[in-house]
Amino acid sequence: MNKLLAQEMYYLMVLGRAFEYAAKENYMKGNISGFLHLDIGQEALSVGAVKAFEKGDIFSGYREHIMAMSRGLEPKAVMAELFGKVTGVSGGKGGSMHLFEPSHYFYGGDAIVGGQLPNAVGCAYARAFLEQDEGVMAIFGDGATNGGAFFESLNIAATHKLPLLFLCENNEYAIGTNIGRTAPFKEQAKKAEPYMPTYEVDGMDVEAVYKVVSEARKQIESGHGPVFVEAFTCRYEGHSISDANSYRSAQEMAHCKARDPIQRFKKALHEKWLCTEQEIQNIETKAQKAVENAVKYAEESPEPEADALFEHVFYEEGENVVS
Amino acid sequence: MLYREALNKALDEVMSADDSVVTLGEDVGLYGGSFRVTEGLVEKYGEKRVIDTPIAELSIVGNAVGMAIGGLRPVAEIMTGNFSLLAFDQIINHMAKLHYMSNGKIILPMVVRFPQGVSRQLAAQHSESYEQMLCAVPGLRVLSVNDVNYAYHALKYAILSDDPVVFIEHELLYNKKGEVDFEQKLNPFEARIAKEGSDITIVSYLKMVDDVMLAVPEIEKALGCSCEVIDLCSLNPVDYETLKKSIEKTSRLVMVEEDHKTGGYGGQIVSWAAEEMFYALDAPSLRLAGEDVPIPYNRGLELASIPTPESITRDIVAWGKKNDV
Repeated sequence: MNKLLAQEMYYLMVLGRAFEYAAKENYMKGNISGFLHLDIGQEALSVGAVKAFEKGDIFSGYREHIMAMSRGLEPKAVMAELFGKVTGVSGGKGGSMHLFEPSHYFYGGDAIVGGQLPNAVGCAYARAFLEQDEGVMAIFGDGATNGGAFFESLNIAATHKLPLLFLCENNEYAIGTNIGRTAPFKEQAKKAEPYMPTYEVDGMDVEAVYKVVSEARKQIESGHGPVFVEAFTCRYEGHSISDANSYRSAQEMAHCKARDPIQRFKKALHEKWLCTEQEIQNIETKAQKAVENAVKYAEESPEPEADALFEHVFYEEGENVVS
Repeated sequence: MLYREALNKALDEVMSADDSVVTLGEDVGLYGGSFRVTEGLVEKYGEKRVIDTPIAELSIVGNAVGMAIGGLRPVAEIMTGNFSLLAFDQIINHMAKLHYMSNGKIILPMVVRFPQGVSRQLAAQHSESYEQMLCAVPGLRVLSVNDVNYAYHALKYAILSDDPVVFIEHELLYNKKGEVDFEQKLNPFEARIAKEGSDITIVSYLKMVDDVMLAVPEIEKALGCSCEVIDLCSLNPVDYETLKKSIEKTSRLVMVEEDHKTGGYGGQIVSWAAEEMFYALDAPSLRLAGEDVPIPYNRGLELASIPTPESITRDIVAWGKKNDV
């Protein structure tokens, strides 16, 4: 990691947070509807992990806006998708939970908890089969680790020694229920221990996340099989925008925010990466501007045409293809 | 050639021509497939392309989705239809929807094959039919062929297609004999006219087509009429053109299916006829289907729970007499 990358990651983190607040604001205005899962507080994890996984395929869940932008998706295309506009990443058909951009090896955006895990396993199988160097990263929350898809995926990935990085973002809450009430321990990596090497990392520290995921990536690419990384993090907002977050105490939230990943990294930028106040301010201004542009773009973009309703139900338009 | 051999031949040919085609499922490799459809393939193509999976159906289909995203052409086998329920999240929420939700950016060239239906005394948890659920989900092509020649061509089509296809088989069809015309070009989405006739259109699919064919001589004798029998082949999309032409000719429609009547697939065909063909019909349509019960183990009860050649004959003759056929 060098200064340039540090600055880029800081940009993505502040961009992410500003983007999420803008999304929240536009939800309140009625410009965005449906489910909206905000990532505020978890920026270090989303940015650090995706930047560390520079090549390869990423399969994520529904809290994926910042991951998508860290993967190189344009903020305006992501915002337009939230607005349901035709210029959105998924043409307005996916919404917040379904951002897909195969040209950036980014596959969602999956709204079924743990549903992306078997898909990531299959894709890792394809990568190994085709002898491609890059592996696959599956990102999921602590809640997904209690489901059958998770255990099936650990088993198959380990059996075939697939190049698959399991990244668990443990924010301790599966919707509104603390992990302590649904699993016998808080460290979900314990579930993966019989199958593969596991690592824990402070998910509020972008440099630590970047370092651990980079090493895990090299490990899966070396052909020895899957790796499990668990990052402990904290979301500031409720599970989704309709969740008032009333199940967490003021003390708990204060403890969360005392570990704020952006403030922490800003300090490191000054002290470790020797960034000037001006440099940091320029980054923040640029991020703010990008979000403003994204909102403006989304507002001004057209709605999908009526014909779009029937487009892409199938890939092959002709139902009369002859074998 | 047997039906299962035709499927095996189709898989073999496509795998031979295209290295990216893989098949996965429980017992498909060293064991040769529980219905012997994948027999001999692992010896030819190796364990990386003929993949023995754990008994974990969600992953069989979920992994196939990921393989398709990753550049392969997977053919997933679910050992029997009832087990597919464990994979329905992946079939419905992923396989059927990723193309649409991604606005066409994700392409899923994949096939899920599974045998289903009432075989011989397998009882309720191994006898169900699921076409009604699969066809209720936009984004899936659903093929279900009765004929051996069609089985060969339709499976080849399904694997070569860039759309996700569910290929439904019936456990009692695997040992059916038939000729395969390897040179033929046929469209699996066109319904097959199993028998031409002028007075009654009998529509069916999968194994029931054979039962209808067994019943037809007696029906024709009893009613002094001629029956046209149509094998739908594709349940989604449906070749309504062929059905329309036939009903215009015969002015009578009978739908025969093995599945339970309530919510069963045939309701779609009959309601289509009620909406679109009302004035072409000289009689109310007849729907013959399984009883609304879980399939029992006892052979006598099992046969009483589904249409048989005898019950098809009896019911169509009674309906014909009542409606002046």
